[in-house]
Amino acid sequence: MREKFFEKILLLCALSAVTALFLIALFIFYEGLPLIFRIGPANFILSSNWAPTKGHFGILPMIVGSLQVTVLALILGGTLGLACAMFLAEFAPRWSVRILKPLIELLAGIPSVVYGFIGVLVLVPLIRRTLGGPGFSVLAAGIILGIMILPTVIAISLDALNAVPLSYKEGSLAVGATRWQTLYRLTLPAAKSGIIASLILAMGRAIGETMAVIMVAGNALIIPKSPLEPVRTLTSNIALEMGYASGTHQEALFATGVVLFIIVALLNTFALLALRKKV
Amino acid sequence: MRNFITILCALFPVIFISFAGCRRSAETSLTIAGSTSVQPFAELLAELYMQKHPGVEINVQGGGSSAGIRAVQNRICDIGMSSRPLTPEEQNLQQWTIALDGIVLIVHNQNPVRNITLEQLKDVFSGKIRNWRELGGPDQKITVITREEGSGTRGCFEEIVMHGAHFAADALVQDSNGAVREIVASDPSAIGYISFGLVDERVRALAVNGITPSESTIIAHTYPLARRFLFLTNGEPNALARSFLEFVLSPEGQKTLADEGLIKAVP
Repeated sequence: MREKFFEKILLLCALSAVTALFLIALFIFYEGLPLIFRIGPANFILSSNWAPTKGHFGILPMIVGSLQVTVLALILGGTLGLACAMFLAEFAPRWSVRILKPLIELLAGIPSVVYGFIGVLVLVPLIRRTLGGPGFSVLAAGIILGIMILPTVIAISLDALNAVPLSYKEGSLAVGATRWQTLYRLTLPAAKSGIIASLILAMGRAIGETMAVIMVAGNALIIPKSPLEPVRTLTSNIALEMGYASGTHQEALFATGVVLFIIVALLNTFALLALRKKV
Repeated sequence: MRNFITILCALFPVIFISFAGCRRSAETSLTIAGSTSVQPFAELLAELYMQKHPGVEINVQGGGSSAGIRAVQNRICDIGMSSRPLTPEEQNLQQWTIALDGIVLIVHNQNPVRNITLEQLKDVFSGKIRNWRELGGPDQKITVITREEGSGTRGCFEEIVMHGAHFAADALVQDSNGAVREIVASDPSAIGYISFGLVDERVRALAVNGITPSESTIIAHTYPLARRFLFLTNGEPNALARSFLEFVLSPEGQKTLADEGLIKAVP
């Protein structure tokens, strides 16, 4: 009897979580889709003219901006994170792993507004003085996001590398391969799916990040031609304008959310597929 | 399992009904809507008023000056808020000036430029003028900072300065007066616009058409970017609206607005 009771309670909790998620998705689509169909999906996604209070709804600069910032963050954070995971998995002495791993996990706990604040005070003036431009730029946003995704990349890649059976490595070392050869030729390919999943999850994190990006990206409505130019991402567009938006302007922001929702959903699907394909 | 889904479905209407507010009578509730520039100040005043008069409920909504004027004309709200002057067609509404404000152009403290004309302003913000040299400053690219679409300050700036011209696409966009001020304070090549009450010693205010923004030039309306914050009613306000208006124009209400950086309408 009690068994049944707890089972039901847990089921209720699980259902309410799923229901909440479903309702949120439903609400975003309900609010955003009518506008997309009114002006045509192609116009919405491929036009660069965004002036919602004057009836222009084109989010191409934001889509391109989001992708640019995310790709840059992945190049910076992905390579650093992967290198760090490889070091921790294969070369680091046991005691340093015990210190480094919690430190890296601590990075994940820093609120994004703090990252943004450091970006505004330190990184942006640095870029302005050394490289030129306004400082608020794709580069600034990419660097900040690159640092923010490190914990995700490192934690999941590290698990993937550690999951490779020790007997494989021993076999490789026994036939005379060096530790680097073993890592490069054997461990990395074996852990490939986990590493790819970590990068895709990091990508989702980077695309969804709002506060830190709004603070350092400059939010101009252009398609940046260089990393030193300002950029506006999909998330910043919503957060920046929602305070005063009403009517069609508000619908346009929900429509931006719909596009973002679809992009993130696709990314997560890919991540799940990559994780399933265990080598 | 099926029972649970039934219970869940049965619960939702209950939750929704409990959230639906009970409508109050006109005697104890007031709806104010309109300008997003006036909104934060109206919200503050409404809060103070509700503390003094328990049981009264004042709802303050945004939407923009034009929407507020339309709402009060159609009697959708009791009081409209506007940060722009009324057009001749709108003169049938009663208007109260609750405070004055000016939009001030700010530059970095080291910037040698002291004055700018309205014409130059339009060219700078629309991206025609791109270098400080053209304004008598150093040979340096101008970093233009504007507010986000929908902001009342931006709307007012568009009306007085831009006259239908578009903001430069590469202008930086920030969503608060404070953020604009921070960037200008740290970037020698930046120009931005903020409310008069938020100008401090970390930035330099520019004169426009030779007129320096100050309390006296804004009151005299000689400063070109001065604006009035208006409350509007359709005909005579009802008892509650009148009482709230009196509170706003009382020394206490006016002091509250002055503390927030606005200029008193009733000296």
